[in-house]
Amino acid sequence: MKRTPFYEIHRQLGAKIVPFGGFEMPVQYSSIIEEHKAVRSGVGVFDVSHMGEFTVKGKNALAFLQRVTVNDVAKLIPGQAQYSAMCYDNAGIVDDLLVYKIANNHFMVVVNASNIDKDFQWMKGHLMPDVELRDDSDSIALLAIQGPKSQSTLQKLTPVNLSSLQYYHFTQGSVGGVEMIISRTGYTGELGFEIYFPVAHAEKIWKAVFEAGKEFGIAPVGLGARDTLRLEMGFCLYGNDIDQTTNTLEAGLGWITKINKGDFIGKPVLEKAKAEGLGRKLVGIVIEEKAFPRHGYTIQSNGTSIGSVTSGTFSPSLEKGIALGYVTAASASVGYPLQIDVRGKAVPGKVAALPFLKK
Amino acid sequence: MNFPEKLKYTKDHEWIRVEGDVGYIGITEYAQGELGDIVFVELPAIGKKVEFSQAFGTVEAVKAVSDLYSPVSGEVLEVNKKIQDSPELVNKDPYEQGWMIKVKIEKASELDSLMNVDAYKKLVAK
Repeated sequence: MKRTPFYEIHRQLGAKIVPFGGFEMPVQYSSIIEEHKAVRSGVGVFDVSHMGEFTVKGKNALAFLQRVTVNDVAKLIPGQAQYSAMCYDNAGIVDDLLVYKIANNHFMVVVNASNIDKDFQWMKGHLMPDVELRDDSDSIALLAIQGPKSQSTLQKLTPVNLSSLQYYHFTQGSVGGVEMIISRTGYTGELGFEIYFPVAHAEKIWKAVFEAGKEFGIAPVGLGARDTLRLEMGFCLYGNDIDQTTNTLEAGLGWITKINKGDFIGKPVLEKAKAEGLGRKLVGIVIEEKAFPRHGYTIQSNGTSIGSVTSGTFSPSLEKGIALGYVTAASASVGYPLQIDVRGKAVPGKVAALPFLKK
Repeated sequence: MNFPEKLKYTKDHEWIRVEGDVGYIGITEYAQGELGDIVFVELPAIGKKVEFSQAFGTVEAVKAVSDLYSPVSGEVLEVNKKIQDSPELVNKDPYEQGWMIKVKIEKASELDSLMNVDAYKKLVAK
C-alpha cells in the first residue's frame, strides 16, 4: 500500500485512514457532513496526491493524445486543461482524465490513482514515434483547495492574479515560495484550485495553505466528503459510474466525445452506438422517502428491473437520497417515476436533472 | 472510548441496559464512530416482536448502511422518537439520548450469552 507525502499529517490530524486505489488515504477527519459543508460554505483542502500524472512530450504528442483520448486536444491552448477519457477498441472506458496543455508538444495527463499502471501500459502500447511518455506520479504532490473562500485563501500565497484564471485554465507560478502548476479545476462544483508541486515541499505548502485559510475556517476534507460533493454535482467516478463495461455516450459524457475530430480508439463503436441509439443511460435519481440508495441496488419501474445504482448517498446539502444509475433509454427522461429496491422495499424516486445541486 | 460498565454488549456492537424486565437497546460508541454521520434510523413499530440476534432495524450513515441486531427477544414497548428527527444524537450520545428501542424482555437467559464490558473492550481493541 502506498502513502502520499501528507500521510503523517493525516495521522496527526486524527483522520480515519482507508485503502483507496492502492493508497492509504484519509476518508474523514471529523465528520463527512461537516467537511462537506466546509467546502460548500467556506474552504476545504483535499490531499489528492494519489492521482497519477504523466508527461507526454514530443513532436507527435498532440497526434498521440488525439488518438488515445476522446476529446479534441487540438482545441487546447497552452494554459488550458480539458476533461476527457480513454477508451478501449470496444469503447469501454480505460479511465477518465484531465489533459493539460503545458506548451506546444508538451502535455500533462492526470489519471485516477487506481488506474495509474493500467493507463500507463495502455498508452505505452499505443505510443507513436517521437513521443516521450513518462510517469511522474511519485514525484508530484497534489492538493485541491475548494470552496467559495478558496481564492481568498490561495491569493495570500501567490503573486499570480487568481481572479483572472478562468475555469479549466492553469498557470505556472509561485505559491508559498514554491514554483508550481495552479489550476482552476476541481471535483466539487465550487470555486476551486488544484495545485501540483514537488513532493519535497508537501509539508511546507500544507502548512502555508492552512495558515492562509485560518480566518475562513479552512478544513481538511477526506474521501468521504469528496464523494458526496462530486455526487451532488453528478460527476462520474471511475470504478462506480464508468468502467470498461460502459461507454462515454451512455455515461452522459457525449459532451467530451468528439466523434468528428478524426480517428481515435473506440470511435467506430461510439459512432455506431450513436447512430443506433443508446440502450441505456446514466441518470440522476432523487429519492422521495427517508431511504438512501447505495451502489448495486436495483432500479425498477412498475416491478420490473430497469437498471442499477452505480453511486448513491445521502446528500448533505439537499438532505435526501441521491444516486447515479443506468436505466433503459426509455426511462431516462427527467421526471420519470421509478423505484429503488432498498433492501427489499421498493422506495419511490424519479429521474432528476443534473447537477442535483443547482448553484 | 467510553463503554459503560453497567451495559451488556453484542458482537455486532449493540448494547442493552437492563432495568427489571425491560431493556433499553442502542449501538456503542465504537459503532457510531465506525459508521460516521448517522442520517436515519429505521426502527420497528411499537408492539412488534424482536428476536435475539435477529435484525430489528437499520441505521443509515452518509456512506454506509448497517443492520441492527437485537441483544434479546421481546416486545417493543417504545422507540426513541427523538432520534427519528435528530439521528445525529446517536453519534453524539450513543448510550443516553441516542438509545433506540425499549423492549419487554422475554427470555432473560439470553442476556447471559452477551459480553460484559471487559469482553467487549477486548473485541473492539482487535
